[in-house]
Amino acid sequence: MHIIDSGNVAAATGVKLSRAQVIAAYPITPQTPLTEKLSEFVESEELDAQYIPVESEHSAMAVCIAASTAGTRAFTATSANGLLYMNEQLHWAVGARLPIVMCVANRGIGAPWTVWNDQQDTIAQRDVGWIQIYANDHQQIIDSVIKAFRLAQTVSIPVMVCYDGYLLSHTYMPFDLPDQEKVDEFLPPFKAANFLDPENPGNFNPVTLPDVRPDQSGTTRPGYIEIRHRLQMDLRASLEVYKEIDADYKKDFGRGGHPFVEEYKCDDADFVAVCIGSLSYHLRDVIDAMREDGIPVGVMGVQLYRPFPDQAIVQALAGKKHVIVFEKALSYGNQGALYADIKSALYNAADRPTIQNFILGLGGREIKTEQLLAVLREACAKPGTAEDTPRWVGLKL
Amino acid sequence: MKKDILEIRWHGRGGQGAITAAKIVANAAFASGYKGAVMTPTFGTERRGAAVFTSLKISKEKIYDLSPITTPDMIIVLDHTLLEEVDVAAGLKDDGLVVLNGAKSPEEYDFKGRKVAVCDVTRYGVQAGLPPGIVNSGIIGAFSKATGLVEIDVLLEAIQKEFNGKRPELNAKAAQLAYDNTAVGGSK
Repeated sequence: MHIIDSGNVAAATGVKLSRAQVIAAYPITPQTPLTEKLSEFVESEELDAQYIPVESEHSAMAVCIAASTAGTRAFTATSANGLLYMNEQLHWAVGARLPIVMCVANRGIGAPWTVWNDQQDTIAQRDVGWIQIYANDHQQIIDSVIKAFRLAQTVSIPVMVCYDGYLLSHTYMPFDLPDQEKVDEFLPPFKAANFLDPENPGNFNPVTLPDVRPDQSGTTRPGYIEIRHRLQMDLRASLEVYKEIDADYKKDFGRGGHPFVEEYKCDDADFVAVCIGSLSYHLRDVIDAMREDGIPVGVMGVQLYRPFPDQAIVQALAGKKHVIVFEKALSYGNQGALYADIKSALYNAADRPTIQNFILGLGGREIKTEQLLAVLREACAKPGTAEDTPRWVGLKL
Repeated sequence: MKKDILEIRWHGRGGQGAITAAKIVANAAFASGYKGAVMTPTFGTERRGAAVFTSLKISKEKIYDLSPITTPDMIIVLDHTLLEEVDVAAGLKDDGLVVLNGAKSPEEYDFKGRKVAVCDVTRYGVQAGLPPGIVNSGIIGAFSKATGLVEIDVLLEAIQKEFNGKRPELNAKAAQLAYDNTAVGGSK
């Protein structure tokens, strides 16, 4: 059944269908309607969960950590400075290997204050160790939330589902509601192997020594570096796990099949625009217009940013003439983070394209179709001449 | 940029329900076979009573461009007093249409030659039994009569569904009354 509603409601409905058991959140624009909706679901008993209002985002994540450690399915949501305030707890959640799922309605970071969209908030969290999935429309939001819960509990790593604030969070569009019974089949209840249990007390995440050590029974236990190495290995392995989960979802619900990158008219393209989030859909209109003029161009949205799907990126871009990376975020003092990651992935490719970087839309600056068209036309007309320094689109200096 | 997308901009005051009205039309349009129905409220710092607008795009195909409307095909004005505060017709196409909640006849409004449809939605809301000032259901009736874009029956059903628990029958009646009493004027 299709409904027309906001991206925040799509996310909240995905959480309801996933039968989250503990929700802790602190309001922040543009995420707030998501957790408001969840509190309504809990109040009306449509969702059997504990809704715990907290005094800050740091506490929201702390509650999720406790709830997840106790073996329950935990969820929170935030944006921008709220996400940054959680940062220390984000590291804890992933180090403790807790399958928490969080939605982030992407918003620019203060100072100066902005409530509008860019992606600096989540891109700045790329090195924390959370898995990051990005949605391009409401259907992908609700589907990604459901897949995220299964991925998180399969690999014991927390997952962020990110979507553009306002552009998706507050925009209404049609999307299909997955059937509850089918979701229940797809997403079995969370059963933690080890969890906080009064009947069986234990220590979780105590001080770990630099070197390995024998425990009470004489078994060699890992040191900090071994534990961190395991996280890295498991994160890399989760690429394959997510691919399988996505394939399963497609089998059950008929949607998906592009877990890492979503390509549009890329097969025969010489030029490929790359970006994250709803902009990759907006660019489809631009691609269509340029195709009418005979320019062989396509667009690719990156759907999974961490772990970075480098092989899928290389497969999609090697052999192309020129790649144009649009970003609503920046690794300040360097370049766009996605641009740098793609360049790095392509470094060892046999037939690597030239590549350039555009920064745009920061703090909600409107991105006009005509603007994208002009930028992309120019980039395709003179491939290979671009500098490595990012160019900014639409600056009014 | 896409030529097959119909762009409708709704003007109201914060709290008046322009977003709900646009959402109802989006639902009815989707039910009528329009696969693309995207409604984008103004982003930022709305407050009660202030002039607000919301963008509704309708298309037979999925819509990918979520940016706000700048050159609407139609504007729907829930409150005629906005005409004194806001250039509601900004960017309106030359062959565009204005649907207005107002008490005067279409000939008395000047939108530089564009077609104007007028209905005293406020009055018909009260006549339907709604509290004074509820205009977002009625304006949908006027919209249907003036545009013919979505059948009134589909809209009435969408109204009843949206106002579930909030006087659905009276809101539908207000829309029907407005539909029956919308005057569509030519250009002047």
